[in-house]
Amino acid sequence: MTKLIVDGTEIDVPPEYTLLQACEAAGVEIPRFCFHERLSIAGNCRMCLVELKGSPKPVASCAWGVRDCRPGPNGEPPVINTKSPMVKKAREGVMEFLLINHPLDCPICDQGGECDLQDQAMAYGVDTSRFKENKRAVEDKYLGALVRTSMNRCIQCTRCVRFCTEVAGVPELGAIGRGEDMEITTYLEGALTSELQGNVVDLCPVGALTSKPYQFTARPWELAKTETVDVMDAVGSAIRVDSRGREVLRILPRVNEAVNEEWISDKTRHVVDGLRVQRLDQPYVRVDGKLKPASWGEAFAAVAARLKASSKGRIGAIAGDLASVEEMFALKELMAKLGSVNFDCRQDGMAVDPAQGRASYLFNATIAGIEKADAILIIGANPRKEAAVLNARIRKRWRASPIAIGLIGEKVDLTYPARHLGAGPETLADLVAGKLDFSKILQDAKAPLIIVGSGALARHDGAAIAALAAKAAQTFGAVADGWNGYCVLHTAASRVGGLDIGFVPGQGGLKAAEMAAAGTLDILFSLGADEVDVGKGTCVVYIGTHGDRGAHRADVILPGAAYTEKSGLYVNTEGRVQMGRRATFPPGDAREDWAILRALSEAVGTKLPYDSLAALRTAVFKAHPHLQRLGEVEPADAAAIARLAKTGGTPEKGPFYAAVHDFYLTNPIARASAVMAECSALAAGAATATAAE
Amino acid sequence: MATRRLAPPEVQPKEFAFTAENLAWAKTQIAKYPDGRQASAVIPLLWKAQEQAGGWLPQKAIEHVAGMLGMADIRVLEVATFYTMFNLEPVGKFNVQVCGTTPCVLRGADEIKKICKRRIGDEHHVSADGKLSWVEVECLGACVNAPMVQVNYDFFEDLTPENFEKVLDELQAGRMPKPGTQIDRQFSAPVGGPTTLTDPSIYKKKNGQDAEPVGAALTDDKAKRPGEAANVRDAGTPQAPVADKTAPRGR
Repeated sequence: MTKLIVDGTEIDVPPEYTLLQACEAAGVEIPRFCFHERLSIAGNCRMCLVELKGSPKPVASCAWGVRDCRPGPNGEPPVINTKSPMVKKAREGVMEFLLINHPLDCPICDQGGECDLQDQAMAYGVDTSRFKENKRAVEDKYLGALVRTSMNRCIQCTRCVRFCTEVAGVPELGAIGRGEDMEITTYLEGALTSELQGNVVDLCPVGALTSKPYQFTARPWELAKTETVDVMDAVGSAIRVDSRGREVLRILPRVNEAVNEEWISDKTRHVVDGLRVQRLDQPYVRVDGKLKPASWGEAFAAVAARLKASSKGRIGAIAGDLASVEEMFALKELMAKLGSVNFDCRQDGMAVDPAQGRASYLFNATIAGIEKADAILIIGANPRKEAAVLNARIRKRWRASPIAIGLIGEKVDLTYPARHLGAGPETLADLVAGKLDFSKILQDAKAPLIIVGSGALARHDGAAIAALAAKAAQTFGAVADGWNGYCVLHTAASRVGGLDIGFVPGQGGLKAAEMAAAGTLDILFSLGADEVDVGKGTCVVYIGTHGDRGAHRADVILPGAAYTEKSGLYVNTEGRVQMGRRATFPPGDAREDWAILRALSEAVGTKLPYDSLAALRTAVFKAHPHLQRLGEVEPADAAAIARLAKTGGTPEKGPFYAAVHDFYLTNPIARASAVMAECSALAAGAATATAAE
Repeated sequence: MATRRLAPPEVQPKEFAFTAENLAWAKTQIAKYPDGRQASAVIPLLWKAQEQAGGWLPQKAIEHVAGMLGMADIRVLEVATFYTMFNLEPVGKFNVQVCGTTPCVLRGADEIKKICKRRIGDEHHVSADGKLSWVEVECLGACVNAPMVQVNYDFFEDLTPENFEKVLDELQAGRMPKPGTQIDRQFSAPVGGPTTLTDPSIYKKKNGQDAEPVGAALTDDKAKRPGEAANVRDAGTPQAPVADKTAPRGR
């Protein structure tokens, strides 16, 4: 530890701190533009200048180490002043230079009201400019469908360039030219291809990079801010939903060090317009082959009539990818009351089963735990598409010190070098048998991490592959004291929650695929299950939000609430319980899903015993106490991995295919979004362009 | 300096690849750097690519160098646009770089620029015969013989409108005129010969005899070869101090 005197207060900080960090530790605010905690230090904006006693000039505190400060003549600790006249003058000077070429277009700038330059000019700048000459003009650049540019405003902090290169791992942005002519652009103005590109908008301290879909929509002070969690993938990123009236206008990330740090994927951020269109806002009943609008009473009556005509064994329920724990719990209770054991939350047929123990389906190492791994094996997953933020964490680990990363499955660009070992289960079997040289790397690793994707487990031989992967985890010592490196990477936000409450077929019950097959069921309750094709003859009761695949097949539609319109529990892929909060109300006659199920249960004569969400939650917590520990991961018993490995089975040959084909169109909300459709088309175009070269 | 962009697509060649000779040379450059630091060779490689492509860097050359060094295209473009000695647009066979910094302007560089404009055309513009192009640059470090221009690898100094026209005549005829000063002087010595230390008596030997006649005190045995880049010289290869047999100075 090193002693320093900051503004007269003596503090003790680690020697590897920078002066900026030391000043923050002393409780002093240092203005900055180019410096960002999660990016490398550039030191080019000069806004963080402080006075260092003994130095003739002010120093850039972001790039000056505490250990580089010389002590006083008699060994006194180095003295930093951040409030001296020299610092004030330096900041005013820097600010004046920054504003020389910055247009005075705050009234028409989207960043207005949440602009670092605006705020800091107010706090540290002077009131007038002495610059009488013409300002610099810079051509705006095309950066794709999500990032709008207004390059006159750029102050060349290069945060966006560093983000793309370091965090996103797609070095596409750069600064061409130099001095006054420096410009931020992509190579030949191609669209950005990163799944995390929206974050550059948050990073931009001025209005040079703004959100294209959100442009000219609202001012930050008009918005109601709701802190909630994302459901676009199974990572459960922390988000803030900004809404005005009944409309969600934008989604921003929140900091959650354990999950998403401060990044979110583009799907999470820009799915907003999908929440507005294609919405189911009133119940429908299919009459003579056509869906006709109906009242809630008529819809319930139709369901009750069909239920009466069905036998117990021919009633089923499938939960979709966006369902919260409460509604799945209520649906499960309803099925129990109706005497059915046919319910499943694994609409893709993924071979995970709570009966095998909780550790068999969790991302046991946790997302933050990725940073402790010293070798990674990825089986049948493309984390870049399935969990973009988690992929950034793997990249962060790789950047900290390069580790061996092996990939079995499709050969894809993961933004970090991954050794492609093979395509299918044969390779995995060879690896476990020690036939590949990567086996030795895993064997020697102290904390190997084995990521099993849903692409590998959702095959019909998924159980055998899970057993083989568990065997790999055992063989390579991935399950040891204080470390469980067997990690299942889910793609559905509802999946782990559903498995936690046992939303899987009971004794003799039918699985999702069996229920969907023609002729097995009379009536099927679909809780937003849009990824299954239900065969002919089954009456489908669809409780969901969007007029998507599920609604087209439905016989009765009960309009539900999207994730921003209801409060609900979600359990992410690591088993972390998080609560989503309501930002707006569902449109029209749509209701929260649990309330629909409660009302439906009464209409069909099997009343569920909760009249409020709080009562339902109490029942959920009573049955599954670990779900009340919000924000925490309940560690799972690692013995499950050993049991899973023993189950054995022979996987079939044939390559693994990733679970996510089109990152931008994985769920009904995203498929309704025009922005996501545009991104998808751009990505497809980029893919064909690359293939053609 | 203006905003620098790649040349428009219609003048860009369809492809670029190093010749076998240049490729071998490029590999020796890359080999200078340790594993994982190959990107350090980007400037020499771009320079060689510019030489090969006729004095400017086409888009495909930038991509070729990026591919060779495992760099993203944008990273190489950043370098190519940063350094003004990389020409991003086609230049003439002889690219005249006119120094436009203060000492040259004081000694008449404006006249030189006017002649360029009259005889070659606008700046950043290749003459119709493809022989000449010109551009104003910052100080090239020959202020003592101002005004001056650099043509490809050679300096032409002490220019007047008359002798500069002659230089351009030669260039237009496809010949390389004699580089260096264009008036009666040696290197940057005084015009017309030495003006100081000319009294023979100061060279008298101790025995009273006259010394050898004093000629020009200046020679340059490490001269740059005309038409070659500055790093191609007649100098001997540098030697380690142990191998250096010359007598130490000041004894």
